[in-house]
Amino acid sequence: MTQGQLNGSQILLKALTDQGVDVVFGYPGGVVLPLYDELFKQEAVRHVLVRHEQGAIHAAEGYARSTGRVGVLLVTSGPGATNTVTGLTDALLDSTPIVCLTGQVPTDLIGNDAFQEADTTGITRACTKHNYLVKDVNRLSYTLHEAFHVARSGRPGPVLVDLPKDILTAVGEYLSPHEVQHKSYYPQTKGDPSAIAEVIHLMVNAKKPLFYCGGGVINSGLSAVEKLMQLVHNTGFPVTLTLMGLGAVPASDYHYLGMVGMHGTYEANMAMHDCDLMLCVGARFDDRVTGKVSAFSPNSQKVHIDIDPSSINKNVVVDIPIIGDVSNVLEEILRQWEALIHKPNRSLLTPWWNQIEAWRSLQCLRFETTDNVIKPQRVIRSLYEATRGRDVYVCTEVGQHQMWTAQHFGFDQPRRWMTSGGLGTMGFGLPAAIGVQVAHPHSLVIDIAGEASIMMNLQEMATAIQHRLPVKVFIINNRYMGMVRQWQELLYGGRYSESYSATLPDFTKLADAFGWTGLHVDKATALDEAIRTALDIPGPVIVDVVVDSSENCFPMIPAGAAHNEILLEPAKDAGKALGSEEGMVLI
Amino acid sequence: MIIETKQEARHTIAVLVDNEAGVLARVIGLFSGRGYNIESLTVAEVNPRNKLSRITIVTIGTPMIIEQIKAQLRRLVPVRKVSDLTAEGPYVERELALVKLKGTGEARREALQIAGIFRARVVDSTNESFVFEIVGHSGKLDAFVNLMRPVGLVDVSRAGVVAIARGSEPL
Ligand SMILES: Cc1ncc(C[n+]2csc(CCOP(=O)(O)OP(=O)(O)O)c2C)c(N)n1
Ligand SMILES: [Mg+2]
Repeated sequence: MTQGQLNGSQILLKALTDQGVDVVFGYPGGVVLPLYDELFKQEAVRHVLVRHEQGAIHAAEGYARSTGRVGVLLVTSGPGATNTVTGLTDALLDSTPIVCLTGQVPTDLIGNDAFQEADTTGITRACTKHNYLVKDVNRLSYTLHEAFHVARSGRPGPVLVDLPKDILTAVGEYLSPHEVQHKSYYPQTKGDPSAIAEVIHLMVNAKKPLFYCGGGVINSGLSAVEKLMQLVHNTGFPVTLTLMGLGAVPASDYHYLGMVGMHGTYEANMAMHDCDLMLCVGARFDDRVTGKVSAFSPNSQKVHIDIDPSSINKNVVVDIPIIGDVSNVLEEILRQWEALIHKPNRSLLTPWWNQIEAWRSLQCLRFETTDNVIKPQRVIRSLYEATRGRDVYVCTEVGQHQMWTAQHFGFDQPRRWMTSGGLGTMGFGLPAAIGVQVAHPHSLVIDIAGEASIMMNLQEMATAIQHRLPVKVFIINNRYMGMVRQWQELLYGGRYSESYSATLPDFTKLADAFGWTGLHVDKATALDEAIRTALDIPGPVIVDVVVDSSENCFPMIPAGAAHNEILLEPAKDAGKALGSEEGMVLI
Repeated sequence: MIIETKQEARHTIAVLVDNEAGVLARVIGLFSGRGYNIESLTVAEVNPRNKLSRITIVTIGTPMIIEQIKAQLRRLVPVRKVSDLTAEGPYVERELALVKLKGTGEARREALQIAGIFRARVVDSTNESFVFEIVGHSGKLDAFVNLMRPVGLVDVSRAGVVAIARGSEPL
């Protein structure tokens, strides 16, 4: 080995440190042993051993979403790689920057059906933003730097680098990040100023304007969040957020109408339907947001600000598309708005706000309070109240508990809310919470779970113990795959086919078995005490909260319905409202 | 702005890509994964020094779908340039086909006569067969193949569409 030359494993570790990576989530195996040997000899990069590769990728997602940095994982070939496929798809749909390093059989065995060989780049082509198979050790550092560049630039996403074993041992040249010139990937970040001028014109004349903002605002960074807040305040326009955007505007702000979409608030969805100017910022007109596209916000002019040109006019045709980084574009909008000689009189918006107040007064998120049986919404409210003012991060699994959390837990800051939006991956929350806790060791990290979802990555409880990660899991235990049961109740005549959570484990004993603390609560009067106790315990805790098993999540826009057909409670004619053929197909 | 119409149209799209492993699979995967049509797809390296290949895709879709296809193509990391030749101005489009006929006597004479009209060349012949080479617009090739069917056509191999903008500007 001549000077300046390193073996592939050393190159990889050097590239990681040069990219500012301080932790990788991983699981070893045959072909990555050279790399694990190199990891053993150094201290710069911390390795967090998970218990299943799906856990590694969701942990990396939690890490990335809560920090804004690239999450990194390292797994072996074959089953190690295929176990990451769900997480890659999850990160692709939720625009989470991930670099996934997979081992591969040695170059000369590729294609031979060798032991633990899988066509990893082939399998993951459709679920990564980009992927690479490294065939020359001298291309390794270049490829890794480009992988990080692609993962974090433009619309972020997962990038996979497949590393044959011989590449990890071969000796080659290392290039540092500033010696690397990327060939082609440079997304447009500055918005077209003349299009922005048109937007200002629409804003000045709007009588019923609305900001509809999504995860793109958070991905764009803190300055985007600040500018959005300024713009909302300087204009006095109302704002709604998508599931992915929660925290982009403080939930406590007067202008905030709550979440939009299938389980969004009445006021947010009605405002979407009735507005005359929709300013979509970093959101993508997802079908859970739009409902029936043909009836979507029929009377509005639509502006769409997004860094990804393929998001423009994909589901909904807009009047003014602006391609660019949200932060840059909002800055220019703010500049032009502030430069207006005649700012529109705010009182022009009064009728609109009066209308919004009328919708708000319905208090669509109201729920019954009881002394006995615990209402699931109460658990979220109590958790929110108990953690107010604390440094808290919240993850969820997927189902009713996820939607109740989105509705009832108020997020006042970005990057505090980690949920699987686009893919809806049950089993996301616990490993994601582990990743968040690794990034924020002194913060309070909570996973709000369903009793069915939590079973999907339970093995990661051991990871939390090994790495001293005091995550708090609250199981909203309704003994049902509640979201499935809700649809079956409303659409399938109450035939609860396979949605009962049979043979559940005793979660407190399970906690014991893993070295966690387990608590159980089933009385409404004991709930707050149980929450306080759990939050005070220094280590990881599972709280099994037994809740009303028949509660449904409302408001609800039935799939295939329009925003103004939103249901506030189970309608008498629910079958009719919900049972449209279009709706059945969309489920 | 895009007009909201359901009217489908045929578009010829030229794509300049890095000639690296898997790039064609990425493009094809995009079309199959998102349910777009591929009428024709051709690919070959056109710039060996910079290792660039050119892909010509003929597809059919509504204006919204065509815009999506272009945006999705541009999103692929190895894609350098995407040009909608149909939308961007005059261009020439050509396809090459090799057409095999089996027959003797009258059929042979008729085949040669049709080939003459279409300016197809004979590139192989035996006592009882011909292989014609024909170049032109895909529609012309369709017509040629249809006319040859009753006179003994047994095999067709088509290269797919290649296209280039008129005038002096490169892609
Ligand atoms: C991996 C995966 N499989 C299946 C589903 C479909 N699904 C959506 S919600 C749900 C039920 C979740 O039950 P639970 O975790 O108990 O949450 P609840 O709805 O009861 O709050 C199911 C099965 C999914 N989202 N993800
Ligand atoms: Mg449940």
